[in-house]
Amino acid sequence: MAVQTAETAPPAAPAAAANAVLAPAFKDALIAGLVALGLFGPLIGFETVIIDGALGLAYRPSLLAIMVGIIFVGRLLLNLTVWSPNRRPATHAGPTVFERVGTLIGPGVKPALLAFAVLFPAIAAYSMGGLNQSRYLIDLGILILTYVMLGWGLNIVVGLAGLLDLGYVAFYAVGAYTYALLATSAPINDFFAGLFGATFWANWAFWFCLPMAGIFAGVWGMILGFPVLRLRGDYLAIVTLAFGEIIRLVLINWVDFTNGGAGIASIPRATFFGIQFNAGPDGFAALFGLPFNPMHRIIFLYFVILALALVTAFVTVRLRRLPVGRAWEALREDEIACRSLGINTTTTKLSAFATGAMFGGFAGCFFAVRAGFVSPESFTFDVSAMILAIVVLGGMGSQIGVAVAAAVMMGGMEMLRNLGFLRQIFGNDFDPSLYRMLIFGFAMVAIMVWKPRGLVSTRDPTIFLKERKAVSGDLVKEGHG
Amino acid sequence: MATSPATGLPRWEADPILSVEHLFMRFGGLIAVNDLSFKVGRGDITALIGPNGAGKTTVFNCITGFYKPSEGRLILAHGRAPTPDEIAEVTRIGERALVGRDAGVYLLERMPDYRVSGEAKVARTFQNIRLFTGMTVLENLMVAQHNALMAASGYSLKGLFGLPGWTKAQKAATETAKYWLDKVGLTDRADDPAGDLPYGAQRRLEIARAMCSEPILLCLDEPAAGLNPRESLELNTLLRAIRAEHGTSILLIEHDMSVVMEISDHVVVLDYGTKISDGTPRAVKDDPRVIAAYLGVDEDAVEEVEAELHIEHAATGAGA
Repeated sequence: MAVQTAETAPPAAPAAAANAVLAPAFKDALIAGLVALGLFGPLIGFETVIIDGALGLAYRPSLLAIMVGIIFVGRLLLNLTVWSPNRRPATHAGPTVFERVGTLIGPGVKPALLAFAVLFPAIAAYSMGGLNQSRYLIDLGILILTYVMLGWGLNIVVGLAGLLDLGYVAFYAVGAYTYALLATSAPINDFFAGLFGATFWANWAFWFCLPMAGIFAGVWGMILGFPVLRLRGDYLAIVTLAFGEIIRLVLINWVDFTNGGAGIASIPRATFFGIQFNAGPDGFAALFGLPFNPMHRIIFLYFVILALALVTAFVTVRLRRLPVGRAWEALREDEIACRSLGINTTTTKLSAFATGAMFGGFAGCFFAVRAGFVSPESFTFDVSAMILAIVVLGGMGSQIGVAVAAAVMMGGMEMLRNLGFLRQIFGNDFDPSLYRMLIFGFAMVAIMVWKPRGLVSTRDPTIFLKERKAVSGDLVKEGHG
Repeated sequence: MATSPATGLPRWEADPILSVEHLFMRFGGLIAVNDLSFKVGRGDITALIGPNGAGKTTVFNCITGFYKPSEGRLILAHGRAPTPDEIAEVTRIGERALVGRDAGVYLLERMPDYRVSGEAKVARTFQNIRLFTGMTVLENLMVAQHNALMAASGYSLKGLFGLPGWTKAQKAATETAKYWLDKVGLTDRADDPAGDLPYGAQRRLEIARAMCSEPILLCLDEPAAGLNPRESLELNTLLRAIRAEHGTSILLIEHDMSVVMEISDHVVVLDYGTKISDGTPRAVKDDPRVIAAYLGVDEDAVEEVEAELHIEHAATGAGA
């Protein structure tokens, strides 16, 4: 009725029209306020306190009034503005401001981000006023790039092939333990010591184990793939979730092999292709004529993970344009149609699992060499959930979206650790780190409301005849699992 | 038109590309297909018709490997009609197929769905269109050439490094796709998402996609459903062109009688999972059992028809 009034009311009677809007808006806000009173009454109105050793009730009427007042006023304002029947729906003629900015800077984003990533250590050192002071930033960069790589790896399974995998951390763990176990293995060390000298294996372990970690993780990806081939959707998600937990529990309980919950320590550090980062005469600094600085190793690690991430991106982009990549995406779109076109969906799914797992294994190997210590506690479900959140937030199937999402998520989480200034607003009792996950959760909800298909929701076609047109996210399916 | 000059037999008897023999399909207690046998002639357009729920799509799903038949044999012949010995041999040794240099016998009931399409070269479309809606029209046609391209890309190894063999194969595949786009009139929309196309164009694209997998037998499940008369006419032209220029045999399920009577050489009629008629369109049209199945008759009329058929049968029996 209100809508009709608004449309048919002649301009000579604006007062009547305003009244017709105000009354229902007020009524609605009043109801919302009453609901809030009912809800907040017991939740906020009462507080349990200990009085003289006994449990007593304290009342907080002023806080309750403030909360209900916020609800009432907020609802009233929304009714009069955003939800007002008088408000004409915004008509979108042509692309929005965001889209226009997007097309304007679109081609430059990727090179700019790449250049920033390559120059990041220099920028960090310059802005912090020295190598040693930039350690925190570069460590953060390494963390973000690790998650970028993991996101890109999982993107193959979830974004391209549409198989929901909640246990991706298992492959990360397989890669990390592959390096940890092989690099600290005494028989292998003795074997190479006899052939090439005592320090050979410690110096070269990482470069030998990196491909091994990828291969092992890929094989585990296939082993996981076989039993879950027939599963779809929720069932697939649950089985992959269980697989992630099984790997972690095996690592904890197989004490003879993995040293259990105590983890594996003193794993050989990364070397500059056989040259150690130490202060000795054969060390990296001495050979390159630099003053010794422990930051050299950190910066080198930064470039290693950057290179690994770029390899992941390159391979994924190439694979997408190959028949196997198109088959992954076709599988996500319609599995039955795939089979009617002669595509073996079993091998296609397995190849997606194995490829995704392989990159997880590479990242795990890097994790072990960076930390120098692995334990099952590093491979909990939280990590899987975080990687999956990065993929979903970034936009399934999009490389750049996943990279930005990883930077926002990991960088954002870190920034929320340092919210000291909030104390000045809320008083000294306020501990911002307690609210970290809450703020983070709000941010995720906000982004998913604003961009339900992730930051980059359009799909880039893999081949074109005349012009490359992005496919709208509404048409792209999310896969059946 | 559909008779073989050498033997005087109809083509589906002389040179069948597909022989369905005693096909049964049971779902629990329900018998969807009951002892169905028919043949599809090489180079023919064969229509499978029948009232709703007659089991036509079930037969299609059995032929294309999506269902495993409860019983029966489905023989697909590449090159030429196989001799009874060859069929007996492949059935006995328990292999999926017996492939020679110029001919091959495939037992479709032993093959999983992707092999029916990839190796036996039977392509199909679906009653409810199944395109890759989020991929472009061109990408849909490239996915259809998956197996050939997969081999050309060295199972992704050659393709990863962009070796010339792969680039050439990709170019050839694009040309094939362009040919079919031209054929179905979708060249201008090659770079649009398939889900954006109007309904009639989606139907045509699905046929083009099936043809990109270079089938020898094309199975179309209600290709004219939802098309207007002009689009139906275009479909007839397209199907005739496919048969004439590519020698692809076509088996189609269709309710649109204008399409069936216009283009098919051979019509098989199903009702309640059983074959009730089989022959040229003209013969089928006048068959009282078909008329009864389609229009429905009361009990007396059924008895009358049956009696008449019995007399007819006895007469032909006596004549022979």
